[in-house]
Amino acid sequence: MKIESIQNGIVLDHISAGKALTVYHDLKLDKLDCSIGILQNVRSSKMGKKDILKIHQEYDVNLDVLGYIDPNITVSIIKDGQTVEKKKLALPERLINVKKCKNPRCITSVEQDIPHIFNLTDKENRVYRCIYCEADK
Amino acid sequence: MKHLIDSTDLTVEEIDDILDLALDIISDKERYSEACKGKKLATLFFEPSTRTRLSFEAAMMELGGNVLGFSSADSSSTAKGESVGDTVRTVGCYADIIAMRHPKEGAPMFGSMVSEVPIINAGDGGHNHPTQTLTDLLTIRREKGRLNDFTIGLCGDLKFGRTVHSLIKALSRYEGIKYVLISPNELKVPEYIITEVFEKNNIEYKEVTTMEEVMGELDIIYMTRVQKERFFNEADYVRLKDTYILDKSKLKLAKDDLSIMHPLPRVNEISTTIDDDPRACYFRQALNGKYVRMALILSLLGVTV
Repeated sequence: MKIESIQNGIVLDHISAGKALTVYHDLKLDKLDCSIGILQNVRSSKMGKKDILKIHQEYDVNLDVLGYIDPNITVSIIKDGQTVEKKKLALPERLINVKKCKNPRCITSVEQDIPHIFNLTDKENRVYRCIYCEADK
Repeated sequence: MKHLIDSTDLTVEEIDDILDLALDIISDKERYSEACKGKKLATLFFEPSTRTRLSFEAAMMELGGNVLGFSSADSSSTAKGESVGDTVRTVGCYADIIAMRHPKEGAPMFGSMVSEVPIINAGDGGHNHPTQTLTDLLTIRREKGRLNDFTIGLCGDLKFGRTVHSLIKALSRYEGIKYVLISPNELKVPEYIITEVFEKNNIEYKEVTTMEEVMGELDIIYMTRVQKERFFNEADYVRLKDTYILDKSKLKLAKDDLSIMHPLPRVNEISTTIDDDPRACYFRQALNGKYVRMALILSLLGVTV
């Protein structure tokens, strides 16, 4: 199997094995019109197994979404075949339209065009609460 | 612009200022009788209410202002499919301040995000009811003379009872208060109240299932109704509705200076036979609701007298 090296684009590395498709879906990468490499169960000395995503296009990646899925993912920006920047992820303080509130009593269940917003209320246990109804995620 | 969505939107100092203002209004009502002349309060009640809506309207009238609004979703454009956001934006063109009740949790919060005028949460589903909390705080202050160092029992539906959630959050910022949570297992306070209010702030609390075992410890008992409208399953409601009834026999176990509070309406959780007991303060509490809403309206409108 041959995966072309990237000239210009983004590499998302150290994705927990099996989570690449979640990242692909949540970042809405299916909307991009470029080649995207999805590598699953790649051997890793640190993680045992990991997934990698290679996006062959300059792309403003939503770091909040990535940080929410897994703050240990590494993001490398590639230009002219060289890594020009590595971005660090953190658990985002606020999630906007990343996940939907599932509480049937929440206003988000009936109001059209309402932003689904969650605030991080417990960093240690990764608890996010809907700003409207305070249900956790 | 300031809104009141959650009781914790207000700092302890702001709450104390509102309570001080309410006490001043009580002591000299005449002085405030034209404070809101020319101002309009809109009451947007997407869910039926007697006490809260009428006390808001009475509050604005006693301040010399006017009121407009609706008292059920059926009589508003919601019946035509209008969104909460659009209703709030529209009414904001006609009124200076909005009091809003909605069956969905967080509806007033969303309203405040799109509104051009102050929004007061007058109850959002089983979630929050901050003006009831201000009413409760004023009542405790008037009955006990303080907002610290007492043991409060909260009894009944602690799961869906929004007044209880708001009151716990507000009182958690005052010192020396112990909480006794009296409820059936099915109606215990939500876990987030335990972890994020009690445990996070090292507040003393205990959960029990009978009133008798704790009556003698309490300085205040806050009774609540098991609310039929919060149950998806009527059989669960019927099974739980009569779990706790405060009557003369239970009061014999209580302190002489107990304060019995209830946000009202009651069904049968407080026997009418104790209404004349001086410890029963739920009707004084309802009156306090009007005064505290007067103070809140003045405060959010920035009106000084």
